[in-house]
Amino acid sequence: MPAKGWIEVNELHCKGCELCVQACPQEVMSLDKTRLTPKGYHPVQLHAEGCTGCAICAVVCPEAALTVYRQIESRPVAAAA
Amino acid sequence: MINPLPNTHTQVVYQRPKSLTTAVTHYCPGCTHGVSQRLVAEVLDEMGLREKAIGVASVGCSVFAYNYFDVDFVEAAHGRAPAMATGIKRVFPDRTVFTYQGDGDLASIGMAEVMHAAARGENITIIFINNAIYGMTGGQMAPTTLPGMKTTSSPLGRDIEMTGMPIRMAELLSKMDGSSFVVRRSLHDATNIRKAKKAIRTAFEVQQQGLGFSLVELLSTCPTNWDLTPNEALSFVEEKMIPYFELGDYKVADAVKALKL
Ligand SMILES: Cc1ncc(C[n+]2csc(CCOP(=O)(O)OP(=O)(O)O)c2C)c(N)n1
Ligand code: SF4
Ligand code: SF4
Ligand code: SF4
Repeated sequence: MPAKGWIEVNELHCKGCELCVQACPQEVMSLDKTRLTPKGYHPVQLHAEGCTGCAICAVVCPEAALTVYRQIESRPVAAAA
Repeated sequence: MINPLPNTHTQVVYQRPKSLTTAVTHYCPGCTHGVSQRLVAEVLDEMGLREKAIGVASVGCSVFAYNYFDVDFVEAAHGRAPAMATGIKRVFPDRTVFTYQGDGDLASIGMAEVMHAAARGENITIIFINNAIYGMTGGQMAPTTLPGMKTTSSPLGRDIEMTGMPIRMAELLSKMDGSSFVVRRSLHDATNIRKAKKAIRTAFEVQQQGLGFSLVELLSTCPTNWDLTPNEALSFVEEKMIPYFELGDYKVADAVKALKL
Protein backbone atom coordinates (compact mmCIF):
# COMPACT_ATOMS: atom_id res chain seq x y z
CA MET A 1 0.00 0.00 0.00
CA PRO A 2 1.43 3.41 -0.88
CA ALA A 3 2.19 5.78 1.98
CA LYS A 4 -0.65 8.08 2.98
CA GLY A 5 -0.01 11.75 3.42
CA TRP A 6 -1.67 15.12 3.56
CA ILE A 7 -0.72 18.77 3.41
CA GLU A 8 -1.50 21.87 5.39
CA VAL A 9 -1.67 25.15 3.44
CA ASN A 10 -0.60 28.36 5.16
CA GLU A 11 -3.09 30.70 3.52
CA LEU A 12 -1.22 33.80 4.57
CA HIS A 13 1.69 32.70 2.35
CA CYS A 14 0.01 30.80 -0.53
CA LYS A 15 -0.29 32.97 -3.66
CA GLY A 16 -2.16 30.49 -5.83
CA CYS A 17 0.70 30.32 -8.34
CA GLU A 18 -0.10 26.68 -9.23
CA LEU A 19 3.53 25.52 -9.35
CA CYS A 20 2.64 22.80 -6.81
CA VAL A 21 -0.52 21.91 -8.74
CA GLN A 22 1.52 21.09 -11.85
CA ALA A 23 4.33 19.36 -9.92
CA CYS A 24 2.18 17.03 -7.80
CA PRO A 25 2.68 13.52 -9.25
CA GLN A 26 -0.68 12.33 -7.86
CA GLU A 27 -2.61 15.25 -9.40
CA VAL A 28 -4.56 15.78 -6.19
CA MET A 29 -4.02 19.55 -5.86
CA SER A 30 -6.05 22.42 -7.27
CA LEU A 31 -6.97 26.00 -6.44
CA ASP A 32 -10.07 26.52 -4.35
CA LYS A 33 -11.87 28.98 -6.64
CA THR A 34 -14.62 29.51 -4.08
CA ARG A 35 -12.31 31.15 -1.54
CA LEU A 36 -9.81 33.99 -1.27
CA THR A 37 -6.81 34.29 1.06
CA PRO A 38 -6.32 37.47 3.15
CA LYS A 39 -4.05 38.66 0.32
CA GLY A 40 -6.67 38.00 -2.35
CA TYR A 41 -5.44 34.78 -3.95
CA HIS A 42 -7.28 31.50 -4.43
CA PRO A 43 -5.53 29.08 -2.05
CA VAL A 44 -4.40 25.65 -3.09
CA GLN A 45 -6.18 22.60 -1.66
CA LEU A 46 -6.23 18.81 -1.82
CA HIS A 47 -9.29 17.94 -3.90
CA ALA A 48 -9.01 14.14 -3.86
CA GLU A 49 -7.58 11.18 -1.98
CA GLY A 50 -4.20 9.89 -2.99
CA CYS A 51 -1.63 12.23 -1.46
CA THR A 52 1.45 10.16 -0.61
CA GLY A 53 3.29 12.79 1.44
CA CYS A 54 6.09 12.88 -1.14
CA ALA A 55 6.63 16.64 -0.47
CA ILE A 56 7.33 17.50 -4.10
CA CYS A 57 4.75 20.28 -3.78
CA ALA A 58 6.74 21.76 -0.88
CA VAL A 59 10.01 21.48 -2.82
CA VAL A 60 8.67 23.66 -5.65
CA CYS A 61 6.67 26.13 -3.52
CA PRO A 62 8.31 29.59 -3.63
CA GLU A 63 6.46 30.79 -0.54
CA ALA A 64 7.22 27.87 1.81
CA ALA A 65 3.46 27.78 2.32
CA LEU A 66 3.10 24.02 2.67
CA THR A 67 3.62 21.64 5.56
CA VAL A 68 3.60 17.98 4.53
CA TYR A 69 2.68 15.10 6.79
CA ARG A 70 2.90 11.37 6.37
CA GLN A 71 1.20 8.51 8.14
CA ILE A 72 3.39 6.01 9.96
CA GLU A 73 1.74 2.63 10.35
CA SER A 74 3.41 1.46 13.56
CA ARG A 75 2.61 3.31 16.74
CA PRO A 76 5.50 5.18 18.35
CA VAL A 77 7.42 3.21 21.01
CA ALA A 78 6.60 5.68 23.78
CA ALA A 79 2.86 5.35 23.13
CA ALA A 80 3.03 1.57 23.06
CA ALA A 81 4.90 1.28 26.35
CA MET B 1 -4.36 20.23 11.39
CA ILE B 2 -5.96 17.09 12.82
CA ASN B 3 -4.57 13.81 11.53
CA PRO B 4 -7.32 12.65 9.14
CA LEU B 5 -6.04 9.08 9.33
CA PRO B 6 -7.01 7.53 12.68
CA ASN B 7 -4.83 5.02 14.58
CA THR B 8 -1.62 6.20 12.95
CA HIS B 9 1.37 8.20 14.04
CA THR B 10 2.08 11.43 12.23
CA GLN B 11 5.45 12.35 10.78
CA VAL B 12 6.24 15.85 9.52
CA VAL B 13 7.90 15.39 6.11
CA TYR B 14 8.37 19.06 5.31
CA GLN B 15 7.93 22.32 7.18
CA ARG B 16 8.88 25.93 6.65
CA PRO B 17 12.55 26.49 7.59
CA LYS B 18 13.29 28.35 10.82
CA SER B 19 15.75 30.64 9.03
CA LEU B 20 12.78 32.30 7.25
CA THR B 21 10.65 34.83 9.10
CA THR B 22 6.86 34.61 8.84
CA ALA B 23 6.77 37.77 6.69
CA VAL B 24 4.74 37.59 3.49
CA THR B 25 7.10 38.23 0.56
CA HIS B 26 6.46 40.93 -2.05
CA TYR B 27 7.51 38.52 -4.83
CA CYS B 28 5.08 38.02 -7.69
CA PRO B 29 3.16 34.70 -7.47
CA GLY B 30 5.30 31.83 -8.75
CA CYS B 31 8.59 33.79 -8.90
CA THR B 32 11.44 31.41 -8.09
CA HIS B 33 13.31 34.04 -6.06
CA GLY B 34 11.19 32.50 -3.30
CA VAL B 35 12.52 29.01 -4.04
CA SER B 36 16.17 30.04 -3.88
CA GLN B 37 15.66 31.93 -0.62
CA ARG B 38 13.85 28.97 0.86
CA LEU B 39 16.77 26.69 -0.14
CA VAL B 40 19.33 28.99 1.49
CA ALA B 41 17.19 29.03 4.65
CA GLU B 42 16.89 25.22 4.65
CA VAL B 43 20.67 24.85 4.32
CA LEU B 44 21.32 27.36 7.13
CA ASP B 45 18.89 25.37 9.32
CA GLU B 46 20.46 22.03 8.48
CA MET B 47 24.03 23.25 9.04
CA GLY B 48 23.09 24.98 12.29
CA LEU B 49 24.28 28.34 10.96
CA ARG B 50 21.23 30.46 11.75
CA GLU B 51 22.97 32.28 14.61
CA LYS B 52 26.27 32.56 12.71
CA ALA B 53 25.17 33.74 9.27
CA ILE B 54 25.27 37.30 7.99
CA GLY B 55 23.51 37.95 4.68
CA VAL B 56 24.08 40.86 2.34
CA ALA B 57 21.06 41.81 0.23
CA SER B 58 21.47 43.44 -3.17
CA VAL B 59 19.35 45.92 -5.11
CA GLY B 60 16.70 44.29 -7.28
CA CYS B 61 13.58 42.31 -6.46
CA SER B 62 15.49 40.64 -3.61
CA VAL B 63 16.14 44.04 -1.99
CA PHE B 64 13.90 43.15 0.97
CA ALA B 65 15.56 39.75 1.58
CA TYR B 66 16.54 41.04 5.03
CA ASN B 67 12.86 40.99 5.98
CA TYR B 68 12.46 37.36 4.90
CA PHE B 69 15.55 35.71 6.42
CA ASP B 70 15.58 35.28 10.18
CA VAL B 71 19.37 35.80 10.31
CA ASP B 72 21.54 38.91 10.59
CA PHE B 73 21.32 40.89 7.38
CA VAL B 74 22.53 44.11 5.80
CA GLU B 75 21.63 45.84 2.56
CA ALA B 76 24.35 46.90 0.11
CA ALA B 77 24.37 49.66 -2.49
CA HIS B 78 23.59 48.38 -6.00
CA GLY B 79 26.23 45.83 -7.05
CA ARG B 80 28.44 46.33 -4.03
CA ALA B 81 27.37 43.30 -1.99
CA PRO B 82 30.64 41.33 -2.52
CA ALA B 83 32.65 44.34 -1.29
CA MET B 84 30.47 44.69 1.78
CA ALA B 85 30.62 40.93 2.41
CA THR B 86 34.42 41.13 2.14
CA GLY B 87 34.57 43.71 4.91
CA ILE B 88 32.18 41.79 7.15
CA LYS B 89 34.02 38.49 6.69
CA ARG B 90 37.41 40.03 7.39
CA VAL B 91 36.14 41.59 10.61
CA PHE B 92 34.16 38.50 11.68
CA PRO B 93 36.07 35.56 10.14
CA ASP B 94 34.07 32.97 12.05
CA ARG B 95 30.69 34.15 10.79
CA THR B 96 29.19 32.66 7.61
CA VAL B 97 28.81 35.53 5.15
CA PHE B 98 26.79 35.37 1.96
CA THR B 99 25.40 37.74 -0.64
CA TYR B 100 22.14 37.26 -2.55
CA GLN B 101 22.32 39.08 -5.90
CA GLY B 102 20.37 39.33 -9.14
CA ASP B 103 21.95 39.38 -12.59
CA GLY B 104 21.50 43.11 -13.09
CA ASP B 105 23.11 43.70 -9.73
CA LEU B 106 25.97 41.21 -10.11
CA ALA B 107 26.71 41.11 -13.83
CA SER B 108 26.12 44.75 -14.73
CA ILE B 109 26.66 47.50 -12.15
CA GLY B 110 28.41 45.10 -9.74
CA MET B 111 30.73 43.39 -12.23
CA ALA B 112 33.88 44.92 -10.71
CA GLU B 113 33.04 43.91 -7.15
CA VAL B 114 32.34 40.26 -7.91
CA MET B 115 35.36 39.83 -10.20
CA HIS B 116 37.74 41.29 -7.64
CA ALA B 117 36.21 39.31 -4.76
CA ALA B 118 36.87 36.17 -6.83
CA ALA B 119 40.36 37.36 -7.76
CA ARG B 120 41.18 37.81 -4.08
CA GLY B 121 39.76 34.38 -3.27
CA GLU B 122 37.61 36.06 -0.65
CA ASN B 123 36.13 33.47 1.74
CA ILE B 124 32.48 34.39 1.07
CA THR B 125 29.52 32.69 -0.62
CA ILE B 126 27.53 34.31 -3.41
CA ILE B 127 24.02 33.20 -4.35
CA PHE B 128 23.52 34.58 -7.86
CA ILE B 129 19.98 34.66 -9.30
CA ASN B 130 19.99 34.78 -13.09
CA ASN B 131 16.53 35.55 -14.46
CA ALA B 132 17.83 37.17 -17.67
CA ILE B 133 16.17 40.50 -16.91
CA TYR B 134 15.98 43.50 -14.56
CA GLY B 135 12.89 42.45 -12.64
CA MET B 136 12.44 45.21 -10.10
CA THR B 137 12.67 48.19 -12.44
CA GLY B 138 10.17 46.95 -15.01
CA GLY B 139 11.79 44.29 -17.16
CA GLN B 140 14.70 46.00 -18.91
CA MET B 141 17.43 44.10 -20.77
CA ALA B 142 20.17 42.64 -18.57
CA PRO B 143 23.69 41.49 -19.54
CA THR B 144 22.17 37.99 -19.33
CA THR B 145 19.14 38.61 -21.60
CA LEU B 146 19.01 35.97 -24.34
CA PRO B 147 19.57 36.88 -28.02
CA GLY B 148 16.27 38.00 -29.54
CA MET B 149 14.54 38.14 -26.15
CA LYS B 150 11.99 40.95 -25.88
CA THR B 151 12.33 43.27 -22.89
CA THR B 152 11.03 46.79 -22.23
CA SER B 153 14.37 48.22 -23.39
CA SER B 154 14.75 45.79 -26.30
CA PRO B 155 11.15 45.73 -27.57
CA LEU B 156 12.16 44.15 -30.87
CA GLY B 157 14.27 41.53 -29.16
CA ARG B 158 17.91 41.71 -27.97
CA ASP B 159 20.02 42.76 -30.96
CA ILE B 160 23.38 41.02 -30.54
CA GLU B 161 24.95 43.15 -33.32
CA MET B 162 24.42 46.16 -31.10
CA THR B 163 24.62 44.71 -27.58
CA GLY B 164 26.76 41.58 -27.90
CA MET B 165 26.03 38.18 -26.47
CA PRO B 166 24.80 37.43 -22.93
CA ILE B 167 27.51 37.13 -20.27
CA ARG B 168 28.00 33.69 -18.76
CA MET B 169 29.08 34.61 -15.24
CA ALA B 170 29.80 31.12 -13.88
CA GLU B 171 32.16 30.36 -16.77
CA LEU B 172 33.83 33.77 -16.41
CA LEU B 173 34.36 33.50 -12.64
CA SER B 174 35.64 29.94 -12.94
CA LYS B 175 38.65 31.35 -14.85
CA MET B 176 39.74 33.46 -11.89
CA ASP B 177 42.62 31.83 -10.00
CA GLY B 178 41.05 32.85 -6.69
CA SER B 179 37.69 31.10 -7.11
CA SER B 180 37.24 27.71 -5.43
CA PHE B 181 33.69 26.57 -6.14
CA VAL B 182 31.61 27.94 -9.03
CA VAL B 183 28.60 26.03 -10.36
CA ARG B 184 25.33 26.67 -12.23
CA ARG B 185 22.04 25.03 -11.32
CA SER B 186 18.38 25.61 -12.24
CA LEU B 187 15.14 25.97 -10.30
CA HIS B 188 12.71 24.74 -12.97
CA ASP B 189 11.63 21.44 -11.38
CA ALA B 190 11.86 19.45 -8.15
CA THR B 191 14.88 17.39 -9.25
CA ASN B 192 16.87 20.47 -10.21
CA ILE B 193 15.77 22.31 -7.07
CA ARG B 194 17.21 19.45 -4.99
CA LYS B 195 20.50 19.67 -6.92
CA ALA B 196 20.54 23.44 -6.38
CA LYS B 197 20.14 22.93 -2.65
CA LYS B 198 23.04 20.49 -2.57
CA ALA B 199 25.23 23.03 -4.38
CA ILE B 200 24.27 25.78 -1.90
CA ARG B 201 25.19 23.44 0.92
CA THR B 202 28.58 22.67 -0.65
CA ALA B 203 29.23 26.39 -1.15
CA PHE B 204 28.65 27.05 2.56
CA GLU B 205 30.84 24.04 3.48
CA VAL B 206 33.61 25.54 1.33
CA GLN B 207 33.38 28.75 3.33
CA GLN B 208 33.22 26.87 6.66
CA GLN B 209 36.46 25.09 5.75
CA GLY B 210 38.10 28.38 4.79
CA LEU B 211 38.59 27.31 1.18
CA GLY B 212 37.74 30.64 -0.43
CA PHE B 213 35.34 32.12 -2.95
CA SER B 214 32.17 30.11 -3.68
CA LEU B 215 29.33 31.04 -6.03
CA VAL B 216 26.15 29.23 -7.03
CA GLU B 217 24.40 30.64 -10.11
CA LEU B 218 20.71 29.72 -10.17
CA LEU B 219 18.58 29.98 -13.31
CA SER B 220 15.37 31.59 -12.07
CA THR B 221 12.08 32.90 -13.45
CA CYS B 222 10.47 36.30 -13.82
CA PRO B 223 6.93 35.40 -14.91
CA THR B 224 5.76 39.01 -14.63
CA ASN B 225 8.30 40.60 -16.96
CA TRP B 226 8.57 37.58 -19.26
CA ASP B 227 4.79 37.85 -19.65
CA LEU B 228 4.31 34.14 -18.92
CA THR B 229 2.39 32.17 -16.31
CA PRO B 230 4.57 30.76 -13.51
CA ASN B 231 4.46 27.27 -15.01
CA GLU B 232 5.16 28.55 -18.54
CA ALA B 233 8.14 30.43 -17.10
CA LEU B 234 9.59 27.15 -15.80
CA SER B 235 9.39 25.76 -19.35
CA PHE B 236 11.15 28.89 -20.63
CA VAL B 237 14.05 28.21 -18.25
CA GLU B 238 14.27 24.61 -19.37
CA GLU B 239 13.87 25.15 -23.09
CA LYS B 240 15.43 28.58 -23.70
CA MET B 241 17.82 29.41 -20.87
CA ILE B 242 19.55 26.09 -20.17
CA PRO B 243 20.77 25.61 -23.78
CA TYR B 244 22.72 28.90 -23.48
CA PHE B 245 23.45 28.85 -19.74
CA GLU B 246 24.45 25.20 -19.45
CA LEU B 247 24.21 23.63 -16.03
CA GLY B 248 27.40 22.26 -14.55
CA ASP B 249 30.36 22.51 -12.20
CA TYR B 250 32.66 25.14 -13.66
CA LYS B 251 35.23 25.28 -10.90
CA VAL B 252 35.75 22.75 -8.13
CA ALA B 253 39.21 23.33 -6.67
CA ASP B 254 41.20 20.27 -5.56
CA ALA B 255 40.79 21.25 -1.91
CA VAL B 256 36.99 21.30 -2.43
CA LYS B 257 37.06 17.89 -4.14
CA ALA B 258 38.99 16.59 -1.14
CA LEU B 259 36.04 17.49 1.10
CA LYS B 260 34.19 14.57 -0.54
CA LEU B 261 30.77 16.07 0.17
C1 LIG C 1 23.00 53.07 -8.51
C2 LIG C 1 21.71 52.53 -9.02
N1 LIG C 1 21.51 52.42 -10.35
C3 LIG C 1 20.36 51.91 -10.84
C4 LIG C 1 19.37 51.52 -9.97
C5 LIG C 1 18.07 50.96 -10.53
N2 LIG C 1 17.93 49.52 -10.36
C6 LIG C 1 17.27 48.99 -9.33
S1 LIG C 1 17.20 47.32 -9.38
C7 LIG C 1 18.05 47.27 -10.86
C8 LIG C 1 18.35 45.97 -11.55
C9 LIG C 1 17.72 44.79 -10.91
O1 LIG C 1 17.87 43.65 -11.69
P1 LIG C 1 18.44 42.29 -11.14
O2 LIG C 1 19.70 42.52 -10.36
O3 LIG C 1 18.55 41.37 -12.29
O4 LIG C 1 17.40 41.79 -10.07
P2 LIG C 1 15.89 41.29 -10.24
O5 LIG C 1 15.05 42.47 -9.91
O6 LIG C 1 15.70 40.76 -11.62
O7 LIG C 1 15.76 40.21 -9.21
C10 LIG C 1 18.37 48.57 -11.26
C11 LIG C 1 19.10 48.88 -12.51
C12 LIG C 1 19.59 51.65 -8.58
N3 LIG C 1 18.69 51.26 -7.68
N4 LIG C 1 20.77 52.16 -8.14
S1 SF4 D 1 3.33 26.53 -4.96
FE1 SF4 D 1 3.01 27.43 -2.91
S2 SF4 D 1 2.28 29.53 -3.28
FE2 SF4 D 1 2.07 28.39 -5.21
S3 SF4 D 1 -0.06 27.62 -5.17
FE3 SF4 D 1 1.23 26.00 -4.31
S4 SF4 D 1 1.22 26.38 -2.09
FE4 SF4 D 1 0.44 28.23 -3.06
S1 SF4 E 1 2.86 15.56 -0.87
FE1 SF4 E 1 3.13 14.75 -2.96
S2 SF4 E 1 1.19 13.72 -3.42
FE2 SF4 E 1 0.81 15.01 -1.63
S3 SF4 E 1 -0.01 16.93 -2.48
FE3 SF4 E 1 2.22 17.19 -2.28
S4 SF4 E 1 3.07 16.59 -4.26
FE4 SF4 E 1 0.96 15.81 -4.17
S1 SF4 F 1 9.29 41.23 -11.11
FE1 SF4 F 1 10.07 39.22 -11.78
S2 SF4 F 1 11.88 38.79 -10.50
FE2 SF4 F 1 10.69 40.44 -9.51
S3 SF4 F 1 9.34 39.41 -8.02
FE3 SF4 F 1 8.17 39.68 -9.93
S4 SF4 F 1 8.50 37.80 -11.07
FE4 SF4 F 1 10.09 37.87 -9.49
